[in-house]
Amino acid sequence: MSSFMIVDFLAATVQAGTPLLLAASGEMMAERSGIMNLGVEGMMLVGAVSGYLVTVLSGNHWLGVVGALGAGALMALIHAFISITLRGNQVVSGLALTIFGSGLSSFLGKNFVGTPLHPRFEAIPIPGLAKIPVLGPILFKQDALIYLSFLLVVLLYLILFRTSWGLALRVTGEAPAAADASGINITRIRYLNTVLGGALAGLGGAYLSLVYAPSWIEGMTAGRGWIAVALVIFGMWSPIKVMAGAYLFGGVEALTFRLQTMGVTVSPFFLQMLPYVLTIVVLVLAVQRNRQEAGPPAALGIPYDREER
Amino acid sequence: MPMHFSKRLETSKSARILVPFISVLLALLAGSILLLLYGKDPLVVFGEMLNSAFASTYGISETLVKAIPLMLAALAISLAFRMKLWNIGAEGQIYMGAFGASGVALFFGHLSSWILLPLMTAAGMLAGALWAFIPGILRARLQVNETFTSLLLNYVAILWVDYLCYGPWKDPKGSNFPLTPRFPDNATLPTMGDTRIHLGLLVAILLAVALWFLIRSTRWGFEIRVIGESWDAASYAGMNIGRNIVLVMMVSGALAALAGVSEVTGITHRLQHGLSPGYGYSAIIVAWLARLHPLAIIPVAVLFGGLLVGGYSVQTEGVPFSIALIIQGLILFFLLGGEIFVTHRLIWKRQKELRS
Repeated sequence: MSSFMIVDFLAATVQAGTPLLLAASGEMMAERSGIMNLGVEGMMLVGAVSGYLVTVLSGNHWLGVVGALGAGALMALIHAFISITLRGNQVVSGLALTIFGSGLSSFLGKNFVGTPLHPRFEAIPIPGLAKIPVLGPILFKQDALIYLSFLLVVLLYLILFRTSWGLALRVTGEAPAAADASGINITRIRYLNTVLGGALAGLGGAYLSLVYAPSWIEGMTAGRGWIAVALVIFGMWSPIKVMAGAYLFGGVEALTFRLQTMGVTVSPFFLQMLPYVLTIVVLVLAVQRNRQEAGPPAALGIPYDREER
Repeated sequence: MPMHFSKRLETSKSARILVPFISVLLALLAGSILLLLYGKDPLVVFGEMLNSAFASTYGISETLVKAIPLMLAALAISLAFRMKLWNIGAEGQIYMGAFGASGVALFFGHLSSWILLPLMTAAGMLAGALWAFIPGILRARLQVNETFTSLLLNYVAILWVDYLCYGPWKDPKGSNFPLTPRFPDNATLPTMGDTRIHLGLLVAILLAVALWFLIRSTRWGFEIRVIGESWDAASYAGMNIGRNIVLVMMVSGALAALAGVSEVTGITHRLQHGLSPGYGYSAIIVAWLARLHPLAIIPVAVLFGGLLVGGYSVQTEGVPFSIALIIQGLILFFLLGGEIFVTHRLIWKRQKELRS
């Protein structure tokens, strides 16, 4: 492999990792507040189709992004209402969101399969930075959404660990009763983060339909929502580590894609199994490590009921 | 005005019974809004769905045909869920069951029906049990959340069947379609009259009764219920939780696999790409709507079979099949949301009034 091919491969890694990064970052925020949302796959699908439809109908891809954020947020709002206000089972509610989302996205996108997408997100080389050897073309010759995702990771890190707002969020996920006693509005924090998580999942889906594919294909997320939830565990609920995990999986995807086009003799079906099998392996390893280091937020998945404090 | 829920002194029996019915009604209502926005008359669409699924002998028989895999997979799921074991890998286990049965049919097709069909069933169930063993043992030994592992394995199982259907097992005379050669007639389940209803229906109903008995009246069923109530309490009582996790997952996998076996032996008579249109996922909703009760699963599965048949039929009205999926998701939302009314009363009050 020449050095040019390696740079090319790493740039593709960042692109393939971005939908995972966006969705996993959103799920991380929701889980930090104590809400587990297994509906990421459904929210990504609805985000993907909404971003696509809005772009095609309005002729503006930035409006498409707004549409995807809004659609993901609305989907998450259903989960928030069921699991926060009505204290329903979060595992099953997330599954319902995924089933509903795959149905709704296919319903909405039915007449738009194969419609060409205009305009698109093109690569915007950042003056100066893009000229850096190796790193330049990998990190700074990408599209606007990727730059936004870099910004997002830094922002989430700062919010989580450097602001009082982030502290309140972490306490809500770890010890809701204590948070409640100290005057933190648990309901508000959980709603806000679950909805934010949905918006980011929607954006992750839209990255697939607006940039990566770029087209609308039914079920195009192909399990990425589930991989994103697993990445949160792998990334120990920390933005930077989640980012590393997302690019690891982006790398695997970029690699399988390249192996297929290079005419490797392994059946493409086996290559396509790779991300799922790898996710299981990574989960097993991460759970063992987390048992010694950082586990999930203590109140994850448990509805908060003041009467039972 | 914020919603506030106050705990009831006793759980409400009427709410317990009413919630599932109201959930279905509300889901249809919400689906109606979507159809109206789509420019279709919901009464016409739902009328057509009902008509196609339940108004003719053919409709009813097709509804029952779809209900068979739903029943089997929902029974599988209900057993695991009862132990709070989130096996959402029924879809993959269905595919592995179909794979196991098909392998036997393709390579031992010369055997007589009396040997071949039980052998196919055993091979399919074994494949499903082993497939479910993976998330089971990972959960029991290494505390890896079975929700993810069982779900991720669905994708792997579907790709495995695709590999076989596009590759080594592909029918050379199948004009390039992703399917295996047709099984010999010995590998075919008997059907009822000239309908497609096959022996699987009877098997599913018998299994529902057996499972009901198992959970209600056997020692193992008692253990499953206790573990489902509280893992800590069961552990104090000296029950082996790890062993039960693996065992329940494997039985669950074998039952779900039976849905795959019955599809290839009763309906398709070959292994093919896209064998299950998501039965494994719909079955989760069937199981939950039936409150995990094996006998209640029978009518609920028939209802959902009708929903699928209706979903296919309204495509001629220009309504996408996905309306059936949307309604399924909606039913589950309302069901989960309504659960709180069984144990709590709703009070509309301002925060200040509550505190005083």
